[in-house]
Amino acid sequence: MQSELKTHLLRALAKNVRYDGRKLLEYRPITVEYGISGSAEGSARVRIGGTEVLVGVKMETNKPYPDTPDQGNLMVNAELLALSNPAFESGPPGEQATEIARVVDRAIRESKSIDVHKLVIKPGEKVWGVSIDICTINDEGNLQDAACLAVLAALQDTKMPKLTEDLEVDYDAEKTKEGLPLTREPVEVTVIKVGDQFFVDALSDEEKAIEARLTVAVTEKGTVCALQKGGDAPLSPEEVDKMIDIAQKLAPTLRKAL
Amino acid sequence: MTEEVLVKDKDIVVPGETIATGMSFLPGKGTYRENDKIIAQKLGMISVEGKVIKLISLSGAYTPKLKDRVIARVVDVLMTGWRLEINSPYSSVLTLKDATSEFIPRGADLTQYFALGDYVVCQIVNVTSQKLIDVSMKGPGLRKIRGGRIITVSSQKVPRIIGKDGSMVSMVKQATGCNIIVGQNGLIWLDGTPEGEVTAVKAFKKIEEEAHLGGLTDRMAAWLEKETGVKVNPTAAPTEAPQGTEGEPHPHHFGGSQ
Amino acid sequence: MSYTKRLDGRGFEELRPMSAKVGIIPRADGSAMFQIGKTMAYCAVYGPRELHPKFLQNPETGIIRVNYNMMPFSGHGERVRPGGGRRSKEISMVMRNALLPVLDLKDYPNSVVDIFVELPQTDAGTRCAALCAASMALADAGIEMKDMVTAVATGRVEDKIVVDLNYYEDSHEDGADFPIALLPNSGKVTLMQMDGEMTKEQINECVKKAKEACKKIYEVQKAALKERFRSK
Repeated sequence: MQSELKTHLLRALAKNVRYDGRKLLEYRPITVEYGISGSAEGSARVRIGGTEVLVGVKMETNKPYPDTPDQGNLMVNAELLALSNPAFESGPPGEQATEIARVVDRAIRESKSIDVHKLVIKPGEKVWGVSIDICTINDEGNLQDAACLAVLAALQDTKMPKLTEDLEVDYDAEKTKEGLPLTREPVEVTVIKVGDQFFVDALSDEEKAIEARLTVAVTEKGTVCALQKGGDAPLSPEEVDKMIDIAQKLAPTLRKAL
Repeated sequence: MTEEVLVKDKDIVVPGETIATGMSFLPGKGTYRENDKIIAQKLGMISVEGKVIKLISLSGAYTPKLKDRVIARVVDVLMTGWRLEINSPYSSVLTLKDATSEFIPRGADLTQYFALGDYVVCQIVNVTSQKLIDVSMKGPGLRKIRGGRIITVSSQKVPRIIGKDGSMVSMVKQATGCNIIVGQNGLIWLDGTPEGEVTAVKAFKKIEEEAHLGGLTDRMAAWLEKETGVKVNPTAAPTEAPQGTEGEPHPHHFGGSQ
Repeated sequence: MSYTKRLDGRGFEELRPMSAKVGIIPRADGSAMFQIGKTMAYCAVYGPRELHPKFLQNPETGIIRVNYNMMPFSGHGERVRPGGGRRSKEISMVMRNALLPVLDLKDYPNSVVDIFVELPQTDAGTRCAALCAASMALADAGIEMKDMVTAVATGRVEDKIVVDLNYYEDSHEDGADFPIALLPNSGKVTLMQMDGEMTKEQINECVKKAKEACKKIYEVQKAALKERFRSK
């Protein structure tokens, strides 16, 4: 961001005033809707301010990976749809989309949010596969946090489908009442550093000024289950400590919206 | 065939909708005649002035016009000048001779004058049929922008934001104490206290949303007084050019023109 | 065999419940959502804007680009791998041809109007819902259009002509699927595709019934566009 514009932003941040009047550590209003797509086994829509993200979960059965015969499969995919931002182009996921997907994946996988051991149908032969697709609808900043929350909500909305005799999913039959074996609820808080100020839930305009950012996935126990540093400026260990602290304090705000 | 206007003044019409029947009516911009019908060609608000059917656009791209003052961003430094984005499908060129009254020696480093990412207030001096656009920085009030922040509104709403003889934008300046420059292309520059800027931005968004509704001036005066505590007089605004002022913001200074 | 009653109990000419909303994607220049039954389409319009790469530019007029896509979780059965495919490409193309007749972009040479459609949930009639959404989004973007575009999926199931097929009717063995797009004020057809087997009389009946159905769809579109500017 051009330095004069950044200086101007810093002046406002120093007075704890964001460009939309919020405080530095304040999130925009968050809403969560469940079951927005009847074709998915689980789905959700999350709005953080004007940013809107949809997530759909599809269940299938396939062979387990050779090195994990007693675990179900999990995949997270994200698309920054061209309809959500004039700068996005249609095509395969680029860097930003890939990062969003992988950081959410890490939070879900490493925290063992889904007990994949309970997703086995026949060990070594047939397991459940959970495919999570993140689709952005309107980008007004902070897609990462919105995406992770939407994924959590969609997983909570998911109901297991019935199986045919050949242990394939019967998509024509009504779903069972059983949900996924969920054990943890990691939410992601992305903390931004500009100059000597730290804030969360950046607007698109503020995102242009980012020097460094740290996405912190926090479980309901307050432990950290994933981290991702972005931006091209370095962070001191003290700054990292402070940013994790901020994330831990704000995670309950996001979780409350579920 | 009956001579009849089928909609009321200030009604919203959609493309393809018949507005009037009869040969005595004249189709204004945004409408067209098909046999004896006048049909809307855009989503907009109808304004019947005698026998002329006019359509006021509520949305649409900025169409660069001769003499328009716009806020532009430098996107390329050329051999003989700069390329500037003006929030339209067409970019514009600022040549050396139109850039400044200073003498620019041949081979000089043009980024010393305007660098990539700089914002300027300039004037459109030529638009060819092929949409090649020339701008100039020579003239009163035309200059490089320093500091402050820039927001974008629909260019169709700019006349309402400026108001009759600048009355609307003058009220916003009075109440918030911000320096404000409104470009015909929908870009607005503001510079004031962080709180003042937040209020000004909210005010412009409100005017944008309600531009087509009556009584806006009085409503905005009341809203501004509620938000800032400053009593603004919607009718006693001084006549001034729709550009802003130089210098420091005056929190409760009436007017703010030169 | 006679198709005496529709699977979901509707009349043969009855449309599924519809809903529409305009301006749902604030970042876009124009946007709209159109839903008929379970089929839901979101559309965002960007433009006219500069067109890159330069060799695609047309110095005599602006062009439109349509990008139609179904979200991976929107289909009836398995997850669909993202990336479109031939079906999406073809639908994007017929949609473009369905919209061009109402557009005149000669005032915007070298530019492009990008139209993106995404469907989070589908139950047949997807290209029709997509067109209904696209037409509203274009109007919302302030683009000049001679008329709106309405579309409905008609067809034959066994011996009956039906309007607004759902997934089961669409995939019925003995039937034909016949999406039609019409301009409500001139009655002209801008999209017509049929697969299955029909007599000429049945085709004409479909077109007639599509006209009636499209009148109702046009009212939904009009109401959604006007609602956008209603005083709060």
